[in-house]
Amino acid sequence: MWLIKELWDFMRVRKKFWLLPIIVVMVMLGALLVLTKTAIGPFIYTIF
Amino acid sequence: MRILGISAFYHDSAAALLVDGKLVAAAQEERFTRKKHDAGFPQQAIDFCLQHAGIDFRDVDFVAFYDKPFLKFERLLETYLAFAPRGFTSFRMAIPVWLKEKLLQKTLLRDEFKRWVPDFDWHNKLLFGEHHQSHAASAFFPSPFEKAAVLTMDGVGEWATTSLAIGEGSELRMVRELHFPHSLGLLYSAFTYYTGFKVNSGEYKVMGLAPYGEPRFKAMILDKLVDLKDDGSFRLNLEYFDYCTGLRMTNEKFDALFGGKPRKAEERLTQREMDLAASIQAVTEEIVLRLARSVAKENGVKNLCLAGGVALNCVANGKVLREKLFDNIWVQPAAGDAGGAVGAAFAAYHGFCRQPRTVNGHLDGMDGSYLGPQYTQSDIETRLTAAGAKFDVLSYEGMIDATAQALADEKAVGWFQGRMEFGPRALGGRSILGDPRSPSMQKTLNLKVKYRESFRPFAPSVLREDVTDWFEIEADSPYMLMVAPVVERRRRAMTADEQALFGIEKLNVPRSDIPAVTHVDYSARIQTVHRETNPAYYDLISAFKARTGCPVIVNTSFNVRGEPIVCTPEDAFRCFMGSEIEVLVVGNCVLRKDVQDPSLKRDYKDTFELD
Repeated sequence: MWLIKELWDFMRVRKKFWLLPIIVVMVMLGALLVLTKTAIGPFIYTIF
Repeated sequence: MRILGISAFYHDSAAALLVDGKLVAAAQEERFTRKKHDAGFPQQAIDFCLQHAGIDFRDVDFVAFYDKPFLKFERLLETYLAFAPRGFTSFRMAIPVWLKEKLLQKTLLRDEFKRWVPDFDWHNKLLFGEHHQSHAASAFFPSPFEKAAVLTMDGVGEWATTSLAIGEGSELRMVRELHFPHSLGLLYSAFTYYTGFKVNSGEYKVMGLAPYGEPRFKAMILDKLVDLKDDGSFRLNLEYFDYCTGLRMTNEKFDALFGGKPRKAEERLTQREMDLAASIQAVTEEIVLRLARSVAKENGVKNLCLAGGVALNCVANGKVLREKLFDNIWVQPAAGDAGGAVGAAFAAYHGFCRQPRTVNGHLDGMDGSYLGPQYTQSDIETRLTAAGAKFDVLSYEGMIDATAQALADEKAVGWFQGRMEFGPRALGGRSILGDPRSPSMQKTLNLKVKYRESFRPFAPSVLREDVTDWFEIEADSPYMLMVAPVVERRRRAMTADEQALFGIEKLNVPRSDIPAVTHVDYSARIQTVHRETNPAYYDLISAFKARTGCPVIVNTSFNVRGEPIVCTPEDAFRCFMGSEIEVLVVGNCVLRKDVQDPSLKRDYKDTFELD
């Protein structure tokens, strides 16, 4: 949670809100990459 | 108040500790792990700093990290977006690493700190400074100036590659920046790569190669690669570089411009590489001089501080000094990223904590840069005995005498005294020494002791009061970051045949009264030695002068090629037994090679990855 808050504060100060969608997608992709290597892996397949 | 500064995760990790505004300890992690340019978390360097100050991690008030990971992440992301869809391959490979290392860097650091304090209050105590702010702070706050212009030039931090700050008292105000990808450091690194040397470690070899060549590519570089303005600001033509999105510094267009593919490492050096080195050196000097001139003109400040990796280009520094644009110039001895640890701590102390600053006359706050570990005489004897060494223990005067005599007898001497240096240069704490008058000393040291490339010159240490008698310089140069020519009356002109030689052949031609430290263009990278900061080294050179009339000795770092400078007595003994150093002096212990146990000799040449 602190990461999201800090990222938001950062974007506010830098006025770089347009980075938000890209970061969100990258974090989600990153999470997928990590999760597919765990026991949840097979269930990710069913989401798509 | 205790502030721990840290640099890590890029190259040259280090830790530095400030106690009430005074720098009490600093060390690079590579010296402990024996892995050159080690970029890992500097655990051992931190351990050393805390142990030296006799404190616990809990006693640290703030930990200051030397760059801002989110800002760096922003730069990485924007760069890829600017070039998209080019660079997708490298972008795809980089995502998992960035997400972890940049966005989660605070967590990474917190997890490292847990090894000392499980409940470390990182929310309140962990600070992040900007990269160039850290460099600038490392150059200004320990300097002996009340007010100064601070020029930082490096590869890249977050966005800034070249920046100007004005320091006054305890304030440091960033004034102007040039942004990535327009970078003097990356330009120099591109040529380092192209001439076949390792990026981030081979740049000073390019600088040493330059005097062998002609700057015949200078005009082309300024025409095609760099748009340079009068005030020193510049833009690079990115059509020739690959470092934004690719995995190499340069591309095929660059190859076509300079007539061929990059030299492969360890391939034979040709005139082309020498001329390229001379050309990029000339361009770098031009840019640095224009920057210095515009800084002097616009700000009217009498003192200049330099930091950032490009400030290690001591040839350029020497040219700035000779232009007399400023009354005084001070260069942070750890001008590269290791010094960021020092700067982050200072920036936190004076900036964030708003603490006042006291300037101590003409003395700077780096203590000669002798900030690393030292060993007591009894500890040295115990460690050397455990390593199997045979040595004589002399009195201090006896040790000085014996060492001076060994030098006068043209022996290569390993010298290990006092605290270890902080920064890339050995300054008489962990040095290999030789007689500069000897015409064969350069060859011996290059080929038999350091096992390194034959074209590389050696540098002198000279007693401060004698420097103008031997070199054309009037200022202090305690950190070996200024180059100046040998005075004319001590030079010897080369014949046309001698001029045509290359590498060790040319270097071996006696060019002055002190041929071992005179480069092929009569220049020398000078260290002035001051009694206040290193009495033992000063006494040694004085004893050598009493015997020979020469107050200059060869000083090269105590390591072989690819190895970090030695840290412990054991490191020193290993290097001694693995090379052809004839005498080793550790504290008051004197070791001679011919009486050592031959079974302890080792083949050291191939132990370290070549740098």
